[in-house]
Formats: sequence, structure tokens, C-alpha cells
Amino acid sequence: MRGRRQGTLVNDVGPRDHVQGPADAPVTLLEYGDYQCPYCGAAHPIVKALQRQLGDNLCFAFRHFPLTTIHEYAEGAAEAAEAASAQGKFWQMHDTLFENQPALDFDSLVGYAEELGLDMERFTTELENQVYAPRVREDFISGIRSGVNGTPTFFINGLRHEASFDFETMLEAIQARMQGLAAQRKQ
Amino acid sequence: MRRDDATPETSNSKDQSSKAAPERTKTAQPSSSATQLTGNQRLERRETKRGAIPEGGAQESTALPAGTQAPDFTLHTTPDQEVSLSDFRGKRVVLAFYPADWSPVCGDELAVYNEVLPEIRKHNAEVVGISVDGVWCHIAYAKYNKLHFPLLSDFEPKGEVARSYGVYRKKEGVSERALFLIDEEGTIRWSYVSPIGVNPGADGVFDALEELDSQKAQKGAAA
Repeated sequence: MRGRRQGTLVNDVGPRDHVQGPADAPVTLLEYGDYQCPYCGAAHPIVKALQRQLGDNLCFAFRHFPLTTIHEYAEGAAEAAEAASAQGKFWQMHDTLFENQPALDFDSLVGYAEELGLDMERFTTELENQVYAPRVREDFISGIRSGVNGTPTFFINGLRHEASFDFETMLEAIQARMQGLAAQRKQ
Repeated sequence: MRRDDATPETSNSKDQSSKAAPERTKTAQPSSSATQLTGNQRLERRETKRGAIPEGGAQESTALPAGTQAPDFTLHTTPDQEVSLSDFRGKRVVLAFYPADWSPVCGDELAVYNEVLPEIRKHNAEVVGISVDGVWCHIAYAKYNKLHFPLLSDFEPKGEVARSYGVYRKKEGVSERALFLIDEEGTIRWSYVSPIGVNPGADGVFDALEELDSQKAQKGAAA
């Protein structure tokens, strides 16, 4: 009954995604993450280090995978990132949320938005009305369909990264992918 | 990536990454955060071994295959409430056997099903969890994880239902981590056994539900 190979991404990274780095970079690293998940918090500086190391060779994308029943603030935080995105500040909010994991309640989210200089009336209205809940859910379901079963889950060019997410292991996996691509081009 | 301490794995589910991953993961965590993790947060450690699973599940599986009539059962879900498989006739049932309440990987697996219940229900299906734990344990566990589907207690005689589905691990005294999709008429339409420490996720369940939908649509068109 399974036509699709396990461990492959169902929806490719595209225009709807939040990305950092060139869209035509040889490697796209996609993270399914939850702002309240401590492992995602631990992965955050690792992703940053990979971005510094790899420069324009890496495109990083982030999709929401909030486990809302065990993380009461994860959904609100994800929606706050989307509300910031509507005002052009997704990544600033993304970093703020991971750097302030212990405080993701509504008032804290409002405080972060203020610090980022967002239009507060718009931000709070959108957050209160859960305007971006469908968008967060879309991300979540795309993860489910790709076999995401916890966070963080990484995909490197659409293939699930099965090993651990420490810097060295991730860098090796990404470089192996780049070398594979380079070898293909030579042929 | 945490192994399931309560349910030691057998040799067939071991692979290279299972030995290396846990240590490597530890090094990825800032040392200060490790001590701050609550039991709840520990549930999130994800499995990394999934790519090593042979298609179709573990090798030694004796799980009832698709096409088999699902054995009926009646089990306690609370001290004074019983649930039978036949109660669900006319609906599809996702029967999720798991080794034990409270083991980190299980928590993750059931948490994922809990999150996607609305989508699963759109396919006229209900989720039922089942393990050898007692009802009081199930109540505490379901409450702690805010689960919105019943957990059944395959407790007395221990593991009898797991045995009837071919997914009991006699050595450890727990069931496999196994999924069965049972159709509206009580026939097993898909089954999957995951290595015991690996969270199977929900993609297989949705693939199977959609396959059933399309088969049903074809039948309807032919009739």
C-alpha cells in the first residue's frame, strides 16, 4: 500500500516556505520544528553554525510542527512567527522565540513583537483571532504526510536526516550531499 | 532517540545508528539543558532509526495481514467501562498496539495521533490505543498527555488480544509497536509492525486510509 519511499518529503520547499539563503543553493535544509521543544531549541544554534559555515551553499527552510497537546504555548508561538512574517519579520521572531523558550505565553509574544517594532494593533488582532492557525496546520500536516514523528526533524534536499543533529553529523551529511551532486554534474 | 528502557529490543531491530545516535545526541544538547528537562519534555526525543526499517516492518512479524477478519475483543478502558471492537462497526478503526504507557517513544507516537485526530476522523476512522498496562495506569497516562482517544487495557489475561493479532512479545511480556487499520466491516486492511523503539509516525495510516477511500470510490462507481 505504500507507494512512496519512507523518509522522503511530500511537499518540496517552495514559494510558500520561509527560507534563508539562495533558493538555488545546492543544498536545502528543511526543519520541522516546535518553538517550545527543548531539542529544537538545542538545534537552533547548530543550524546557525551550519549557515555560517556553508554560506551560499545552503538554503534553510523552517516549517511548524507544534505538538500542541504537550506544549501549551507551541501553537501560539508558531502563529506569532506567522504574524511577524506578515509584517516581514519572520526570521527575527523565529530567533527571538528560540532564544526565549521559557517565556512563550501571550504577553511575552506581544512583548517580543513590540521589541521588533511590529504594528501592534495588527499583530495582537491577528494573534487573538488565530488568523494564521490554518497556515500552521498546513505545515503540520505536510510534516505528518512526510513521516515526521517528533521534533526537530530535518530533511536534506528532501531526504530525511536520520542521524543525530549535532553540528559535525549534520555538516557531514550536507557535505556528502554536495559531493554527490558535484559527482553527478561531472558525469 | 532514546531507547525504550522498559522494553528491551531484540536483535532484529538493532542497526548501526541505534548504537551511535544516543551518545551523539547527547553531545548536541547544551549540558545545562539536559538537567532542566522534565519528564514531559523527554518524550520528544525523536527516533532516528526509521530509515533502517525494512518496508513492511520487522522481519519476525507474525502480525495478522491485510484481508484477515479482525479478531473481536472486549477490554476495559476505565475500571467500569468496556470497549469492544464490534462497537465500532460501520467505522474504521486505527488499532495502535504499543509496548507500555510512559515509555518515551510511545508518548511521542500517541501524541502524534492525538494531534491528527480531526484529520483521521475525516476518513470515518477512530483511533484506539492498546497495551498491557492496567486501567489506572492508562487513566493517568491519558490525562497527562491529554489524549482524546481511548486506551484499552490488554491486562487480563495479559496480552491476549495482542496474541490474537500476532503482535505479542512473549519474552518481554508486552506487545509489539504495531498498527492495524480495520475497515467498516471489521476486516484488517493494512498492518504494520515497527521496530519496538521506533515511533512509526502517522504517514502510513494516512496512506492506508486514502487507499481505502479510493477503493471504496471505485467500488461505488462500478456498482
